[in-house]
Amino acid sequence: MAEKKGWKDLMRGADLPPATALENKTGSWRSLRPVWDPSNCIHCMICVSYCPDMAIPITKNEEGVVGKNGRVYKGTIRLETNFDYCKGCGICAVECPTKCITMVREE
Amino acid sequence: MAKLKPLTGAQATAEAMRQINPDVVVAYPITPQTPIVEFFAQFVADGVVDTEMVPIESEHSALSAVVGASAAGARAMCATSSQGLALMWEIVAAAPGLRLPIVMPVVNRALSAPINIHCDHSDTMGTLTLGWVQIYSENAQEAYENTLLALRIAEHPKVLLPVMVMQDGFITSHGVEVVKVLEDEEVRKFIGERKPERYLLNVKNPYTVGPLALPDYYFEVKRQQEEAIWNAKDVYLEVGEELSKLTGKKYPFFEEYRTDDAEAVIIALNSTAGTAKDVVDEMREQGYKVGLIKPKLFRPFPYKEMRQALEKFKVVGVLDRAIAFGAYAPLYTEIRNALFEAENKPKLQSYVYGLGGRDIFKSDIRKVFEELLSGNVDSQTQKYIGLRE
Repeated sequence: MAEKKGWKDLMRGADLPPATALENKTGSWRSLRPVWDPSNCIHCMICVSYCPDMAIPITKNEEGVVGKNGRVYKGTIRLETNFDYCKGCGICAVECPTKCITMVREE
Repeated sequence: MAKLKPLTGAQATAEAMRQINPDVVVAYPITPQTPIVEFFAQFVADGVVDTEMVPIESEHSALSAVVGASAAGARAMCATSSQGLALMWEIVAAAPGLRLPIVMPVVNRALSAPINIHCDHSDTMGTLTLGWVQIYSENAQEAYENTLLALRIAEHPKVLLPVMVMQDGFITSHGVEVVKVLEDEEVRKFIGERKPERYLLNVKNPYTVGPLALPDYYFEVKRQQEEAIWNAKDVYLEVGEELSKLTGKKYPFFEEYRTDDAEAVIIALNSTAGTAKDVVDEMREQGYKVGLIKPKLFRPFPYKEMRQALEKFKVVGVLDRAIAFGAYAPLYTEIRNALFEAENKPKLQSYVYGLGGRDIFKSDIRKVFEELLSGNVDSQTQKYIGLRE
């Protein structure tokens, strides 16, 4: 962390540059970790939209990935959780329709 | 050329808002709202302003929406009173912290409980520590002019803080007076355009408003805010000089009425100052050396100037239309504070009057002057005017 600014040098009213929350890695708060089983995932995006920290990245994949029942899922697919920001709240595990996310205590 | 119009205090304020033509006005449309937004809503309906008027579900939401609009870069206003201001409380504190130049006319009315809708100053006196500039108005004319003044103070780059403009509930807000209204064109020139240095709708230069500031930074942000509100003192006088050119009136921190050679002086806010002026005139004719001081700019409080003004008097009575339970009354507290460094302290007496809209008569004020002149005062005891024992 750089040296802290005095009140005369601060931006007015604590206004900050954009996206500074990215510097605050909230993953260290986690006591439960979501373990994702891609072989049982249908890439429905429910976990992605429920995640309060936008900690589940997505990508476009036209070749496809293998998911539940060996089926190939193409288009928008989810990737491994971003553990820099995932606080382990477990909402994804509750909402997942195929139960492919399990919450495991962090050691 | 200014026009003379018969207006209530609420209408006069709405007239100032019409001329300001804010981008956004948000209001909770039923009581404890005031006729200010009702008259303004009529202007919106008639298409004489370009304002986006947002009726909303509560006063808390009203000020929240105004905060959002102001941060987005708009000139945003609302008006409130009494319980409405109380419900806004959380956001009343947030607006100056976010350094947003919001102007909010407030009609002073009592707080519950018991339920009461009439004039007293408990509502705005309860917000003194939150960081708004506060200007009090004696009558509809002052409410009109102070609203224009407030806008320029709020948006001044050395200030950038919200401003409340007060007037007395019913006595001023619903009483019709002849008000001298400036030409629209003059007002538009006086207020100019809001030119925020940063605003949320500027997508080319995004920034974060209202982030978390923990023990490592919160204190510095608040110190900055303190500096800004003290800057408002000079800015008030500076902007007042400019407005003087249009109205021909002066905008001092407080008005001194017939105080030269006065022995006993009363200090009172808002409409009671008008009643007291009549009493001063009558008593002066009868040879009593009495005068009045009417504070206008209450936050930031002009301690030094007030001390210099008060040092020359023998005895001062301070009239508060609010109780600060378990402490000296709010206006009295400031006057005592101002006098700490005084070499010649006048004798002081605190009076509480008019709570919940109880009338204060000329005869009451005359009795106060007589008591002050008799020297029967005690600076540590609070007296009450018009209270049944």
